[in-house]
Order: sequence, then structure tokens, then C-alpha cells
Amino acid sequence: MQQLDALAREAVALADAQAPLSAAEAEVDRQMQVCNACRYCEGFCAVFPAMTRRLSFAKADVHYLANLCHNCGACLHACQYAPPHEFAVNVPRAMAEVRVQTYAEFAWPPALGALYRRNGATLALATGLGLALFLMLALVLQGSLFAQPPAGNFYAVFPHNLIVALFGAVFVFALVALAIGASRFWRQAAPGPASRAAAAEATFDALRLKYLDGGHGEGCNDADDRFTLWRRRFHHLTFYGFLLCFAATGVATLYHYVLRLPAPYPVTALPVLLGIAGGLGLLAGPAGLLWLNLGRHPLHGDPAQAAMDRGFIALLLFNSITGLALLAWRDSVAMPLLLAVHLGFVMALFATMPYGKFAHAIYRAAALLKWAIERRQPSTLRLKED
Amino acid sequence: MIDVLVIGGGNAALCAALMAREAGATVLLLEAAPRDWRGGNSQHTRNLRCMHEAPQDVLVDAYPEEEFWQDLLKVTGGATDERLARLVIRASSNCRDWMRRHGVHFQPSLSGTLHLARTNAFFMGGGKALVNAYYRSAEALGVQVRYDAPVTGLELEGGRFVAARLGNGERLQARACVLAAGGFESNREWLREAWGRNERGEWPADNFLIRGTRFNQGVLLKDMMDAGADIIGDPSQSHCVAIDARAPLYDGGICTRVDCVSLGVMVNREAVRFYDEGEDFWPKRYAIWGRLVAQQPGQIGYCLIDSKAIGRFMPPVFPGEHAPTLPELARRLGLPEAAFMKTLGEFNAACVPGSFDHTVLDDCRTQGLAPAKSHWARPIDTPPFFGYALRPGITFTYLGLKTNQHAAVHFGGVPSVNLFVAGEMMAGNVLGQGYTAGVGMSIGTAFGRIAGSQAAAAALKERAHAAA
Repeated sequence: MQQLDALAREAVALADAQAPLSAAEAEVDRQMQVCNACRYCEGFCAVFPAMTRRLSFAKADVHYLANLCHNCGACLHACQYAPPHEFAVNVPRAMAEVRVQTYAEFAWPPALGALYRRNGATLALATGLGLALFLMLALVLQGSLFAQPPAGNFYAVFPHNLIVALFGAVFVFALVALAIGASRFWRQAAPGPASRAAAAEATFDALRLKYLDGGHGEGCNDADDRFTLWRRRFHHLTFYGFLLCFAATGVATLYHYVLRLPAPYPVTALPVLLGIAGGLGLLAGPAGLLWLNLGRHPLHGDPAQAAMDRGFIALLLFNSITGLALLAWRDSVAMPLLLAVHLGFVMALFATMPYGKFAHAIYRAAALLKWAIERRQPSTLRLKED
Repeated sequence: MIDVLVIGGGNAALCAALMAREAGATVLLLEAAPRDWRGGNSQHTRNLRCMHEAPQDVLVDAYPEEEFWQDLLKVTGGATDERLARLVIRASSNCRDWMRRHGVHFQPSLSGTLHLARTNAFFMGGGKALVNAYYRSAEALGVQVRYDAPVTGLELEGGRFVAARLGNGERLQARACVLAAGGFESNREWLREAWGRNERGEWPADNFLIRGTRFNQGVLLKDMMDAGADIIGDPSQSHCVAIDARAPLYDGGICTRVDCVSLGVMVNREAVRFYDEGEDFWPKRYAIWGRLVAQQPGQIGYCLIDSKAIGRFMPPVFPGEHAPTLPELARRLGLPEAAFMKTLGEFNAACVPGSFDHTVLDDCRTQGLAPAKSHWARPIDTPPFFGYALRPGITFTYLGLKTNQHAAVHFGGVPSVNLFVAGEMMAGNVLGQGYTAGVGMSIGTAFGRIAGSQAAAAALKERAHAAA
């Protein structure tokens, strides 16, 4: 069975090695040939040590390296071959251009990969539909967007089971779509089984954003060749804020089904405390990321992806703003309106998870795991000076 | 009036500017290049050769002063000033904390450079990252920096610096001045004149590529020669390696090297071999091939390998010409087929069977062949075959200004009181010929720092004098 697996892997690899590269992939291949002959950036991140294990860059290698790149910018500012040099090496941009192609290529169902082409429009449309859905539902179910005091009970507006059914379906769909994408990315060039150490390392590197530390701990680049830890900090606020909000929902579900304690909960209850902490993180984090994004050096990343990046940040921001507003005014007459608006934004976020910037988390984590596995294997090259 | 004027924008100039500023002087740094191209040849460097008595952060084992000195003595063939050389060596042992304070990060040797793990501290991100860090630190400390500011000449008064003339006609006075504006390797006319015409009637330097910055035109070097400054070194000497013939005219940097010469054979455009490709390990021999190729007709050489060598050398930046047969490779490279087949036939027949090991001086050699290949000689017989055209690539020139332990420019053997020199403009005092990895940065850092301190002291003394 293992042999069969290995054979299948080889066949896939062989087919892949001959697959023609897209223009963006060919550009990564070209730049990697320059980088592989230079190697000065080896200390910054995992991309360059992974590159030195290869002599040529087939489609699968390019996809892997592109998703391993965190777009930190360190190699661009340190590059002796960066524009205006005629070699025009700009690894963060070349990688970013391929990255978005991999998101589209691995998206499931495949036809929806096209949503990456006009991602700003995708997010706007999803938000519009999400808002319309819940505003209309509120009107249909209770005839008004405003409540009679005492308010505070969300399930008086939308029945609990309806919310569970709607969000459960969309969330499960998003998870399935992302899992299929990740699995296709993984199988494109599977590095072999993950040891416990490799899995732990990849998890740790993802959770602490190791490769936004610049390799020296002073951080990544943003507006210029100066290093800053702010991108890492804001990303942590965003990611852990997101997780806390998720945990709030999870704990509330337990309260509901296990403890038989239906919402609403007081401010001091665990679900609400988690939600407040998460909401604040999801407010400060995306706000900071947006601010940094607007000041980014013009050569960083792919300018064509600004809509995808900023649209996703804005969506996160509106999730936290509307969530906190709902909490603040949940006892007011505006509660149903606030609830409908919040749920509309949450629905837009969930529905676009497999077709927006969110997907980067999945592919980045998979690439980090590939690297953690690969770097434990002996290199097949025998360069004479090593 | 500014205290210290620093002319140049690479490692030595930045070290001088930082030291002078730290000593309390006001400093103006003039970089001839625009901001995007700042840093001269330093942007292409990657490490610093460091003396150390015991393992030190990124450096393993020890590299004592005496060993460093013997290495320097060997590569220069004695063309060095022992007092200045030892000063550089000692400075290399204790400058890194200062460098770190100004934002430079070090890392262990890169993959493919294990032979330097003991002797050389690598800059994380390479020389451009170092240059960026120094510029940030300089600006934070209040050093004024001007880009696109080439200096055309100095105004001197009896060996004393008075003012600098800029390309735009501006005249800048200062109490002291540090010259750190590089060699003349980018000046095609000067190279042509220095290398002259060969017996074939060719001007060899016309076919040279410059591995570093296009801004090292040697304008100040020439100006100082005309002003009667004491000179050291031979203008026809330069560090010259064989690099990919498709490399850009300037700034090809490290990636244009082709590291498979010792794994194959080298022929000239007549398809004739001309030197022992397996004389010694490549890191010890790569620097002779520039001159060897420069002496061949058309200043071009062709490195030929077969598929046995693939994966055993640092990947080159451009893919080689490749062909399934040797005659096809000859045609693709534009080499005379009959001569090519004769050379390779003779080489292949002369290879003595041995046990190939590219990590040691193995017993694979040729017998009865001239020139011989002493090690790693294996028949070129396994397709596909690869060929790389190589040309001489100039890294830097050795011609410079004579100086002393205070980095002073000399006129008729007398040191100037307020004109100092650092970096490539004086490296020839320590490195009269040859090269060993990272020593240029050791010299630039040591003398840059000395020149900055001396210039600040001279300026502050004059300021105090004027006030009294």
C-alpha cells in the first residue's frame, strides 16, 4: 500500500514536473534561479532554505514556495538584484502573484475559484446578500426591525434553530471546501508523513507567526527597510481575536445544549467575556493591519490584490464593530436591527472563507507543515562545498 | 561649516560617518549614486573575515591573529604592510558589537559556504542589508546624507583638505574629509588603458564585465594622483574571476559565478584546454580563472561538464547550453567541432580511473596530458552535456592611496592633518594582490572607523582652535 502511495506520488510529481508554468509561476522560477545562485537571504525565513533543496522549480515547487512566503518584505529590501537592477528580483511580489492563483486553482467547487479574480466584488456581493437576508428575515419573522423593551433575547428575533441551521450549513460547507483545497495542495507534492516533531513545529511556527520576526526578532518590513513587529502584533490580535469570538460561540453552544442555559447571558458570563475580548482583538487587529497595509512599500506584494486584502480586513472589522455594537445596545429597541446587521456580516465572512483572503491561513499552515517535514529529510543534492 | 565630509556611500564611508558622528562631529555624507543604487560594492558583499580566539556567536572554533595573518601573507604573496594588516586583523575581532549596535545582524555561514563557517561572519541578508542598517543608524544619529552627489575633485592647500567640488558646481567646505569612494573598476577607459593591447591586437579590458557598482569611476583616485598624493599598487591588477558571459555589464554580483570548473574541463574559443582545472579546491582557485580567461583569445572560456556533475555545485544563475551529444554541444556553443572533439577525446582517454570524491583532493587525474587535470578528472561521457561561456569579471582594483595606521592620505611621505582614506581606495596597503573571502569588508570596517575617528578629532581640534 505504501509502495502504491509512493508510486502514485511519483506519477503525480512526474506529471507536474512537465506541466507548463503560468506566467506568474514562470516568473517565480526565474527569480528562484537568481536567488539560488545568491542565497544571501537564507536567514530570513523558510522560503530560501526550502529553495536550496532544489535545482529547478516545477509547478508544485512554485506553489509550495509561494504559500510558504509570508510577504514580510525582508528579502526585497536586502536584495542586490531588486529593481531597478535588470534582474528585477522581487520575491514577495512574485510569490504573491502565484499565491492568489493557487487559491483559485485549489478552490472547491472549482468553478468558484473564479471569485478570486474580482475578490472585492465578491466580498461586496456576499456582504450585500448577507445583510439583505437577515434584514428581510427579521422583517418577515417579526414585522419590524425594532423591538419592544425589554429586549435582549436574540432568539425572539431569529429562532435558535434557524440560526444554527443557517450558520451550521454555511460553516460546514466552508470547512469542506477549504479541506478539499488543502488536500489538493498537499497531494500536489506530498512530502511524506509528518512526524510528531514536524507537526508540533509547524503548529508552533504558524501560531506565533515565526516568519514575521525577520529571522532576527526585530520584525518584518512595512513602509521601508526598517523592521517592525507591528504587523505580527496586529495579526496576532486579529487571529486570536477571531479564535476568541469562535470560542465564545462554542461555549455558548455548550451552555445551550449541555447546561441547558439559553441566551441571553449576562456580561460577566463566559461566552460574553470571550466575545468582548475577541471582539476587541478583532477591532484593533484589523484596524492596525489596514493602517499598515495602506502605508506598505509600493513594491511589496501584488497591488492587484489590494481589494482582496483590504476587503477581507474590512469584513473582519465590520464583524467586530457590529458585534460590539450589538452587545452595547442589546437591550435597546434597535437590537433586532443590530442583530440582523451583525449576522449579515458574519454570514458574508463565513460564506467567503474559501473564496477570499481567509484561505491564506489554510495554505500557509499546510506549506509550513510541508517545510517542517521536508527539512527533516536528507537533501538529495551533494553540492561540493557542503 | 560642516566638521567632517565623507565622500562615498559604501561600508567604509558609513563606518567613518558613524564614528565621526559618535565622536560629536557634524557629518555630511556624499553618495555619488542615487538612493536605489547606494552602497557601492558593499551591497554585493556577504561577510566579514574575523579573528577570534574561541567560538563566538555565529563563528565556530577559533581563528587566531597569527593564522589570519599567515592567510593574508599567502594570498598577497607578501604584497602587504604587516603593521596595517595586523591592525585590521585585531580590529576584526572586536568590531562586531559596534556593528550590531548600528543594526547589523549576523548569521551562520550560508549553505554551500561551510568552508567559511570558522573564519567569516555572514551578514543576515547580505551586504545591502548591512548598508541599509548603517544608513538608518546614520540618519537617526543626525548624519546628513546626500544622494546623486558625485564629487569631481578636491581643493587642497599644502596637503590639507579645504573643500570638495561637486558635479553640479557646488563647493563644499569642511574641517576634515574622509575619502571612501571606491576603486576605478567601473571606468572602462581606465581599465582599457591599464590592461593595454595584447599580442593579438585586442584590448582585453573591452571584454571584461564588472561584478560590482557602476559608480566606481575612480574620479577621486585620479584627482588625488594628479594632486600628488602617494599611491600604492599596480593599476593593471584587479580581483578578477571568470563569470557567466551573459552577466550584466555591471552589478552582476555573486550570482554570476559558475562553480563547476573543477568538475569538468575549460576550453578557449579554439576548443583548446589551457589550465589545470583540478589544481586545488575551487574556493582556493576561483580567483585565478578571471585572469586566465582574460589571456585567451576573445577573452572567453567555456566550461564543459556532463550530467555526472549536476547537483554537485552551486546552481548558476543562467541555465547552461545543453545537448545530448558532444558535437551538438560544440555547435550550440559555437565552438569548432573537430578541435572540440579532439580535445575532449584526448582528455577522456587520459583520465586515470580513481575513486571520485569532490570533498577531498582525490586520485582522479589525467596521465600524459598537457595541461594536466590533477584531481576530479572523469571522462566527459554521460549525456546530457552542459556548457557555460565565461568572461573575466572584475570585482575590484588594487590601486589606491598610501596610508598609515591613522588612515591619513600622504603627500610626499607626509601625512595630511585632515584628509583621510578608507575602503577600496586604500585596501591595496593591506591587500596588494590576491584575495581571501571577507577581507575587503574587514579592511573597510577597520579603516572606515579609524578614518572617521581621526577626521572627527582633526575637525574638533580645529573648531576648538578657531574658538580660542
